Amino acid sequence: MSHDLYGEILLDHYRLPRNHGRLENPTITVEGTNPLCGDELTLDLEFTGDHLTNISFSGRGCAISVAATSMLTELLKGKTIHEIEEWTGNFRTFIREGKAPDGVDMGDIQSLAGVAQLPVRVKCATLPWTTLEQGLVRYKGT
Amino acid sequence: MKTITEIRKDFPILNMKVNGKSLVYLDNAASSQKPVQALDAFCRFCESRYANVHRGVHTLGEHATTDYEAARTKVAEFVNAPSSKGIIFTRGTTESINLVAYAFGRRFVKHGQAILLTPMEHHANLVPWQLMAKSVGAELRFWPMKPDGTLDMEAGKKLLDSSVALVAITHVSNVLGTINPVREIALMAHQVGAKVLVDGAQAVPHMPVDLTEIDADFYAFSGHKMLGPTGIGVLWGRLDVLEDMEPFLTGGEMIKEVYLDHATWNDLPYKFEAGTPPISEAITLSAAISYLNDVGMEWVYSHTRALTSKAYELLSQEPGVTVYGPAVDRGPVVAFNVAGIHPHDLAALLDQEGVAIRAGHHCAQPLMRWLEVQATARASFYLYNTMEEIDVMMDAIRMAKKVLRVA
Repeated sequence: MSHDLYGEILLDHYRLPRNHGRLENPTITVEGTNPLCGDELTLDLEFTGDHLTNISFSGRGCAISVAATSMLTELLKGKTIHEIEEWTGNFRTFIREGKAPDGVDMGDIQSLAGVAQLPVRVKCATLPWTTLEQGLVRYKGT
Repeated sequence: MKTITEIRKDFPILNMKVNGKSLVYLDNAASSQKPVQALDAFCRFCESRYANVHRGVHTLGEHATTDYEAARTKVAEFVNAPSSKGIIFTRGTTESINLVAYAFGRRFVKHGQAILLTPMEHHANLVPWQLMAKSVGAELRFWPMKPDGTLDMEAGKKLLDSSVALVAITHVSNVLGTINPVREIALMAHQVGAKVLVDGAQAVPHMPVDLTEIDADFYAFSGHKMLGPTGIGVLWGRLDVLEDMEPFLTGGEMIKEVYLDHATWNDLPYKFEAGTPPISEAITLSAAISYLNDVGMEWVYSHTRALTSKAYELLSQEPGVTVYGPAVDRGPVVAFNVAGIHPHDLAALLDQEGVAIRAGHHCAQPLMRWLEVQATARASFYLYNTMEEIDVMMDAIRMAKKVLRVA
């Protein structure tokens, strides 16, 4: 199970994370932690109106949380808030049930399917999504 | 004297396959496995002698009370406690320490006094003191550590003055493996009038412990880390100190006389055992202690010490691996990190090879900050582990490095 978990796609995102680093002028910076693992994540979000025009992440974490965050940034950069909320719902279904909602292509995120069977690690994969949600709430409040 | 093969036969769970591989259980500092002798004792007691204790005059009530009190005596003898009346059964080390924080700390530690702790304490021997200190206005002080993870005795002496009401210290660190000189510390503390609590959760399972010799005021440990069941722990306290304390939990069993508006307290140790105690757990723990006595604690100590030395040596030689804690004179835990691999990934990949290790902060977040790490991996050993199992762990670590492409 674990070997499948640490498959090529996940390892690729872990070793060469997309959108890694800090943004110069983020609209919102939001931090998330996973006390169980000690994962620490900082998301820089740059909004233009309804669009998430840029996103980057930094911090420390396990392979699953780093890869999951990298995949999130790749998927959501350029999306509207409405689309992001839709994807958040899709991800929640996916990580709960281990498969994507009907008709939805999760792309690289599909490689996290094995995590759904490991309750202890679900939080690692979910961390970037819950952190982003907090960022959206803050942006909408501004 | 049992051979290691015979010992392993007494622990059926060790024959398990995990992910198709033979289980290599190296998470003993978190909890130990149970021998059939202890499991059988539990069944026999529940099948033939079980009832509540200290209540019924019926036959089973008498049998259960006899066995429960015999378990107390067995525990007292195992750690050479000066008196079995000072042996209080609790739910575990955590409850034992909370009992002292409430019943001793809140009553006897005064505003402006200090509690002296160390940065290597498990949260169970830190958070109760944080709350207690806040409630009475006491100060927390921390005994400095040397870079190798042992206590700096000279620096500590300077903090140990007459304003210290209590020194609360772990006997063996659950991360660093450091064995603290608790007898020397108790002596130093008593010289300035401070009381001493020792967290023995990682000591009693692994080495001969002599409470009369250590001469602390309180000593706490758990059953489940020493081949016994969960849900039972021990607090030993000096009788004169326990006598002066008010109860912690209140209700049945701990009373002498109850009126509508007030009550008087039962004698020791019952004053601190409110409600129905962990009866069958005490009987099972007693059987676990018999098992350890049969094997011999000296043998347990030297066996796990040899395993620890081998693991420490091999891990230290492995490229990219950092090992924490002192190189010699340590308890049977080895915390380490592999460069480029988060401990949770390492533990998940080792599990794939059947090797169970712990990964995380080990309920010692301040110590993680002191080590400047988020988390560590930790292998911990017990009497049923073998030298070959350490080789299996090392192979699994090399496999993990390969999977995560760490050179």
